[in-house]
Amino acid sequence: MATRGTQGPSGPGGRRIWHGRAFGALGTRPGEVVFNTSMTGYQEILTDPSYAGQIVVMTATQIGNTGTNPEDNEARRAFLSGFVVRALSTRISNWRATLDLHTWLAHHGVVGISEVDTRAITRRLRTHGSLKGIISTDEHLSDEELVARAQAWPGLDGVDLVQTVTCEESYHWPEPTSPEWEFRQWQPTHPHRTREPLPLQFHVVAYDFGIKHNILRRLVSHGCRVTVVPAHTTADEVLALAPDGVLLSNGPGDPAAIPYAVEATRRLLGRVPIFGICLGHQILGQAFGGRTYRLKFGHHGGNQPVKHLPTGRVEISAHNHNFAVDPDTLPPDVEVTHVNLNDGCCEGFRHRHLPAISVQYHPEAGPGPHDADPLFAEFIEMMRTFARDAKSHGE
Amino acid sequence: MLGWKEFELEVMRDRHDNFVVICPIENVDPMGVHTGDSITVAPAMTLTDREYQRLRDMARAVMHAVGVETGGSNVQFAVNPADGRTLVIEMNPRVSRSSALASKATGFPIAKIAALLAVGYTLDEIRNDITRTTVAAFEPSIDYVVTKIPRWAFEKFPGVDPTLGPQMKSVGEVMAIGRTFKESLLKGLQSLDLSRPYYPTPDHRVWDGRLESLRVPKAERLWAMWEALRAGHTPDEVAQASTVDPWFCVQLAEIVALEREVAAYSSADDLPPALLRAAKRAGMSDEHVGWLLATGDVAQGDGPADLAAALGRAVAARRRHLHIDPTYHVVDTCAAEFESYTPYLYSSYEQESEAPPTEREKVIILGGGPNRIGQGIEFDYCCVHAAWAMRDAGYEAIMVNCNPETVSTDYDTSDRLYFEPLTPEHVGQICEREQPLKGVIVQFGGQTPLNLVKPLVEAGIPILGTPADAIDVAEDRGRFGQLMSRLEVPNPAWGVAHSPEEARRVAAEVGYPVVVRPSYVLGGRAMAIVYNEEELARYVTVAFEAAPGQSVLIDQYLEDAYEVDVDAVADGHRVVIGGVMQHIEEAGVHSGDSACVLPPYKISLFHLSQIRDYTERIGLALGVRGLMNVQYAIKDDVVYVLEVNPRASRTVPYVSKATGVPLARLAALVMVGFTLDELGLTHEPDVDGFYVKEAVLPFRKFLGVDAVLGPEMRSTGEVMGHGQRFGEAFAKAQLAAGDRLPLEGTVFISVNDFDKSAALKLARDLHRLGFRLVATRGTAAFIARAGVPVEPVNKVSEGSPHVVDLIRQGEIHLILNTPYGPVAHSDGAAIRTAAIRYGVPLLTTLSAAQAAINGIRTLRHQTGWHVQALQARPGSRFQGGHVGPQKRRTTRSAKEEDPCPATNSL
Repeated sequence: MATRGTQGPSGPGGRRIWHGRAFGALGTRPGEVVFNTSMTGYQEILTDPSYAGQIVVMTATQIGNTGTNPEDNEARRAFLSGFVVRALSTRISNWRATLDLHTWLAHHGVVGISEVDTRAITRRLRTHGSLKGIISTDEHLSDEELVARAQAWPGLDGVDLVQTVTCEESYHWPEPTSPEWEFRQWQPTHPHRTREPLPLQFHVVAYDFGIKHNILRRLVSHGCRVTVVPAHTTADEVLALAPDGVLLSNGPGDPAAIPYAVEATRRLLGRVPIFGICLGHQILGQAFGGRTYRLKFGHHGGNQPVKHLPTGRVEISAHNHNFAVDPDTLPPDVEVTHVNLNDGCCEGFRHRHLPAISVQYHPEAGPGPHDADPLFAEFIEMMRTFARDAKSHGE
Repeated sequence: MLGWKEFELEVMRDRHDNFVVICPIENVDPMGVHTGDSITVAPAMTLTDREYQRLRDMARAVMHAVGVETGGSNVQFAVNPADGRTLVIEMNPRVSRSSALASKATGFPIAKIAALLAVGYTLDEIRNDITRTTVAAFEPSIDYVVTKIPRWAFEKFPGVDPTLGPQMKSVGEVMAIGRTFKESLLKGLQSLDLSRPYYPTPDHRVWDGRLESLRVPKAERLWAMWEALRAGHTPDEVAQASTVDPWFCVQLAEIVALEREVAAYSSADDLPPALLRAAKRAGMSDEHVGWLLATGDVAQGDGPADLAAALGRAVAARRRHLHIDPTYHVVDTCAAEFESYTPYLYSSYEQESEAPPTEREKVIILGGGPNRIGQGIEFDYCCVHAAWAMRDAGYEAIMVNCNPETVSTDYDTSDRLYFEPLTPEHVGQICEREQPLKGVIVQFGGQTPLNLVKPLVEAGIPILGTPADAIDVAEDRGRFGQLMSRLEVPNPAWGVAHSPEEARRVAAEVGYPVVVRPSYVLGGRAMAIVYNEEELARYVTVAFEAAPGQSVLIDQYLEDAYEVDVDAVADGHRVVIGGVMQHIEEAGVHSGDSACVLPPYKISLFHLSQIRDYTERIGLALGVRGLMNVQYAIKDDVVYVLEVNPRASRTVPYVSKATGVPLARLAALVMVGFTLDELGLTHEPDVDGFYVKEAVLPFRKFLGVDAVLGPEMRSTGEVMGHGQRFGEAFAKAQLAAGDRLPLEGTVFISVNDFDKSAALKLARDLHRLGFRLVATRGTAAFIARAGVPVEPVNKVSEGSPHVVDLIRQGEIHLILNTPYGPVAHSDGAAIRTAAIRYGVPLLTTLSAAQAAINGIRTLRHQTGWHVQALQARPGSRFQGGHVGPQKRRTTRSAKEEDPCPATNSL
């Protein structure tokens, strides 16, 4: 395999070239360079549409050990621009594995590079914040050309990436988390202790801004009939489906660049229970009138402590966001419910009067811990209460 | 579940039911081998996220079900590699050996946090020391690979089956950090401090050539797998034969592939830079690369040792020339997500280093490496005190060690910690990096750092304290003998032999019985007492194997002598004795296995004054600056010097705790230029009452081994008892060691002919104390003749009902059995084995029996124990152990006042 250069972070710290070993697809791709500190779950990360436009650096050093399998994809394909690892496994070892990572990435058109100092890149990102970069297997391109291309790349701010990842038509999602992989709940009071899927009591319309399959699986496992709709679906079109609740999904890019989604959400507020996740949280925040801002280097990993303010309990959770909602811009009717213990960033809120909750992180895990799964139960409860109240008002 | 993969999760929970996984650990050895005997890796290598999160959910459920409301636990899992079926196999609702490992592997101090949780803090209230801005409620993310490798001591227990199983048999472990598994594995093997290369060589083949033999888990299986791969077997064949996960076998195969690539060259200058860099990135030492260049064919491995060593030096030189230098990285709990403030470092070969050295003057302290018999945590105690002393004296204290079980490798013991193998290559590079360097302290970590003195001196690195030459004088018997005759200090007749023939000649000159031992080893490795030429021939063979290329020492054996140990501190002008200890077992029992008492209780003042005088003469003559330990034997009114060790001894913590004088700390301060006068240590300290140290022996873990004490050290720990009277102190020490002396019941006595008359007095004492006596026929007849009532019992060879039957039935409460000579009598061995198996206190020497009777007598006359905190002793001059510079350790004191409160950023 050819050794080739990749243009790593450029920006305040000046350009830096990292040479490594190519794997996956051949090509040259610019992107925003981010690091992810998850020690497991590279396949889920690779298929998380929220990474569209980004080059992901894994801080865990041994990647590819368990190969890839058909079960662990979070979307129909990989959307990210590049994948950077310290050591790629040539040999896979796992009973579910069907392909090695190199072959899989080549198949999905993702350019990978290994044998680079991922810790040095991460420290650079920590110091300078997310940076523009370019990854290339093309040995004919000079360093200068690569740098010029990276600098010419417009970046993610203000760009609507949602339309590149959302589905084209609405569809029904039938599949729960399989019994073998059902989350085991440890809390005696948890409503969902059995491993049998619950009866499908509620109809949820899930906006696909780049939705992860595990969100859909968790909704079904918690008793929802799920219809997935494209990002541009209007509020009226959603309401015409007679949903018990609406889920605003995760997705890539700048939350300020998708006003149509904010507008649809604003129209749905109060008319149907809403649960926002990640980008969905940022959309809901804007629908409430709040503003989003860019974090220095974002949260990408499976070990982030989030405190649930009403109970004081801490959830270890999976995160993947470069932006956050500024809680100071939210109206008084919106109560911050979750904060990140590392940097104090707002990780979740709810409306005091309207049925709307959201979190900035990933209660569906995939990858990551299952601590925040009870949020789905909270959404179910919200739908149940709303339906009951609507019924009593109707009478 | 044989062949299933084994995983461990180190988890914590607080009173608000917050739960975190500190570290997922994967065992390289599959199910069936105790995790303490397994090579383990963190993070887990062969789990997808789904599988890992399933373990995490299960661990949480288990912790709930067991009811661990706060603190740490360890949950172990078996996973079927064929279908992923997962079972919980064990849970420890407490901190464990694995939590110590997980703490060092992640930088998350589990025990410290568990203690804070126990008093009511929650994880989100406790600050993460390393990042300072984040809290303990998070899961560490690791951007390196940690490998733990156990250290065994099977050579000390001949006859024990070296097959690994559910009973843990290792005595220590090393941990190594690398960016990849290969790098951490090879660094780990280097850390083991074996007396041979860490890679397979023709001189030490362990594989019999049959793939099937890889199935049996043995201490040396990894090397056998390595040899099989070198011989051309595929990783799949090795994986299938060993049931070790193929992923690990492939990693090992990749190392072998790299070995082959390197071995195709024969000089360092021909080696392509990219290949050399690849070898270093895989964790190979310069010396390993040199051996490969010398070898040509790894399957044969015929590289001559001297050529390999020369090529190793050439490789080092070429590497430096090419600027292929190690980089240093921080263990920061967060994979670089946040800035870190604790310089806990490891080396790799990456593109850039972190944590540049400070401008301060530095003292590097070399730790002891893995715990093993003869070199345990006593040395770590000394290293830790040295680090604290250096911090107080205003130096930057830098610790280098690779043992995760120690306090020295806590990130807050020193100013800077390098978790690195103690090899000339790794230590030399740290010394080169950490400038300005005042010097290196080598005398506190046992033999491991002393073995580095020569290469460090050759590299121009300053050694603090006692000059390196003094260490050589003490260890080179020729020079030592000359010095003793010049000082007019008697020492036993001795000789050096370089071959079995020479050994025979020397032994004849010295006169039997003789003690034989290889030079330059600690813990009496391969040491033995031999009584005739035939035994000599057998033992010298073993001795030459234990120390290839070294010489063998032959000493006159002072039978039935009293042994005395002295620990002292010297500053070049003055020698101050820290403590004089008398061994309870006679000479011939290794000092590490003998109980001993401080102050001596049976030595004449005349002999004591001679001992003090000799100690001073030797300390001044050697130019000792720091600690020294001298061993004496008293026989027929003559005080002989047996051994001088110008370094910390394993009794330093014992003496320090008994006297309240922090010897290691004082010695460290002397080494950086303080005089004993300045430190206020001018007299041998007084001792309040008696302090008895007793060895803890692992015979219970090694059933089938004869529990006889001898010149080969076999204890794995020790305890101390204090009392105003000797008997009380002895009884307490026995109790602490796990042997409760009986106050009544039946004593079985069987002694060899030499001991019979001395045993008579003991029998009479026991009878007067009301014990019923039983004895084998010979012993019984002898005792009965003196009018002491005794009942005869059959030897095992005389048929049932015999003495082992009585032991089994619980009718014997104390056993006194002295073996004859070095070859244990099979009858005696059966008795001792039964005593260990059924937990009956066993005394194998008359002096120990005398002390035990003394203890029993004391116990019967007192009601309850007298308890006193060591700090509350009257007249202790060094309360709290703080002498010398009193500059407080700022980071420590800050933490002491403010144990945790996290800055609440909300």
